Amino acid sequence: MNGRPDAAKADTADVSVAATRTRANRRRGTGGRGAPFGFLAPAAVLFLLFFALPIGYALYLSVRKVQIVGLGLGADGREEVWAGLANYRRALTDSELLDGAFRVLGYGAIVVPVMLGLALFFALLLDADRVRGRRFGRLAIFLPYAVPGVIAALLWGFLYLPSVSPVHDVLDRLGLPAPDLLQGTPLYGALANIAIWGGTGFNMIVIYTALRAIPVEVHEAARLDGCSQFQIALRIKIPMVLPSLVLTFFFSIIATLQVFNEPTTLRPLTNNLSTTWSPLMKVYEDAFTGGDIHSAAATSVVIALVTLALSFGFLRIANARNRSEESR
Amino acid sequence: MSAPTTAPRAPRTTAPKAPRPAPRRRIALLPSAALLLGALYCLLPVAWVVVAATKAGDELFSTFTFAPGTGLLENLGDLNAYRDGIYWRWMLNSLLYAGLGALLSCAVSALAGYALAIYRFPGREAFFNVLLAGVLMPPVILAVPTYLLLAEANLTDSHLAVLLPVLLSPYGIYLARIYAAAAVPNDVVEAARMDGSGEWRIFRAVALPMMLPGLVTIFLFQFVAIWNNFLLPYIMLSDDEKFPITLGLFTLLNQGSNTPALYTLVITGALLAVLPLIALFLFIQRFWSLDLLSGAVKS
Repeated sequence: MNGRPDAAKADTADVSVAATRTRANRRRGTGGRGAPFGFLAPAAVLFLLFFALPIGYALYLSVRKVQIVGLGLGADGREEVWAGLANYRRALTDSELLDGAFRVLGYGAIVVPVMLGLALFFALLLDADRVRGRRFGRLAIFLPYAVPGVIAALLWGFLYLPSVSPVHDVLDRLGLPAPDLLQGTPLYGALANIAIWGGTGFNMIVIYTALRAIPVEVHEAARLDGCSQFQIALRIKIPMVLPSLVLTFFFSIIATLQVFNEPTTLRPLTNNLSTTWSPLMKVYEDAFTGGDIHSAAATSVVIALVTLALSFGFLRIANARNRSEESR
Repeated sequence: MSAPTTAPRAPRTTAPKAPRPAPRRRIALLPSAALLLGALYCLLPVAWVVVAATKAGDELFSTFTFAPGTGLLENLGDLNAYRDGIYWRWMLNSLLYAGLGALLSCAVSALAGYALAIYRFPGREAFFNVLLAGVLMPPVILAVPTYLLLAEANLTDSHLAVLLPVLLSPYGIYLARIYAAAAVPNDVVEAARMDGSGEWRIFRAVALPMMLPGLVTIFLFQFVAIWNNFLLPYIMLSDDEKFPITLGLFTLLNQGSNTPALYTLVITGALLAVLPLIALFLFIQRFWSLDLLSGAVKS
């Protein structure tokens, strides 16, 4: 508990040291050895206060628990004690958390390939000549980026309701049965669609930017050799934008693991989303509804570790691939 | 490319009705249609909310999805009157959080990015990598302990609780470093040093103007990120006078399951919340390239 103020004091000390160093250097008129530290100070302080400190605090909380003393009455009835790995054991064997992890895996298995596939497809269309309406297409597909995730979920949520959905309207008139999108398996598709709608445009821009960086001579040479547009896309463009595909893939995976806003926003519109649908929703539930900050902390540490392991594992594979491509 | 310019000078003997040299390349029909379809898919919910905001409460669930209704003015009036116009309060809060937060965050990123790009000092890459690792941290995992820590400082349920944690943007610093490295030549910094300018003066008077186009991008990126943020205010705030628009609309929707009359308010509110950002983007893309968002710098 008393780790926090000390750390804060240390930060401010760092800042003032850096500041005086900068001033001293300026007076001496040297190249300013301390200057970079002065420039970095605000970022460093913010990092310590809002990244390092919370992470440390979460680690600390995750190995503590509340014990009831005596009759457990009043403020003195509870005390915090060392818990070892008990919270972790509980988190890892919690079936609700595991179920949530599987639900998010299923959701991610739809979102990531479809979103990136569409982003790549549209980026290639934007980059191809002879395609009309590219300016309009680029703007329209990027537009959802400007719509907050909560509002996107809200809009789609209404559009999924049988009494609002245009698809239901048409199917009803044809006398066909319409699926209820807000339950069972279709619910995954419904949730995934919101993320795909919101994320395709941004990824498309990232890939399109990489496509435009390919020198024109490369296309021209391929065209003169008789390659069709399709072959150029498949054999030249896609391999050349592989680094940005890797990057977008990486960020999409991380974003998927953290899904929280969309299911939370859809909850008022359906009874089929539990408050612990995704692992992060469970963390929120444990911490703020259940009041069990210790197991919430342990769960968050587990999620953070899984994210980090996935990220670094993925980066290693990507780097190894790049190196072997270069050496070829 | 040079063919059309020579055409007018063609001798009169050529028949005037002769086909123009090399008709403009054929339109690729199928790909164009695919792009159009993608654009329509992306516009669909926005088009719907524009239509739905015009529907009166009883029309919302009874008329065809894209049939305009008759209640737009009434809906706007209801939204305006709802709890003495708390909706506008939410909009103002969002503007404050996103505007001020993006400005300060942009300043922090500019300073750090400049330092990382221009100076060589021990621990530079280590610092950068640790910062970038911050991107990987799921926000909830930071938000829960941050909430508890801010609670000890008696800062929860305040504007600061929503503002402070968003000021550091690892992605912003990453972009600022790229922009600074591309836009600020080392010779210029050296020359300014020779003239006896201090490091701070060089940054402010020389480097900052050069980095400005990139900084606009970071500002926009952060503005959108904070405007769209839901989790942090959801955890930090309980007084709805301090809610941003996302949280405000969410609570309205939540209450809507008991009072369906609120649904029209939610939809009208969603329309009004989406319009400013869309307008901003349409306006800004005329003289700002989306490419900058992914760190692409024209050489």
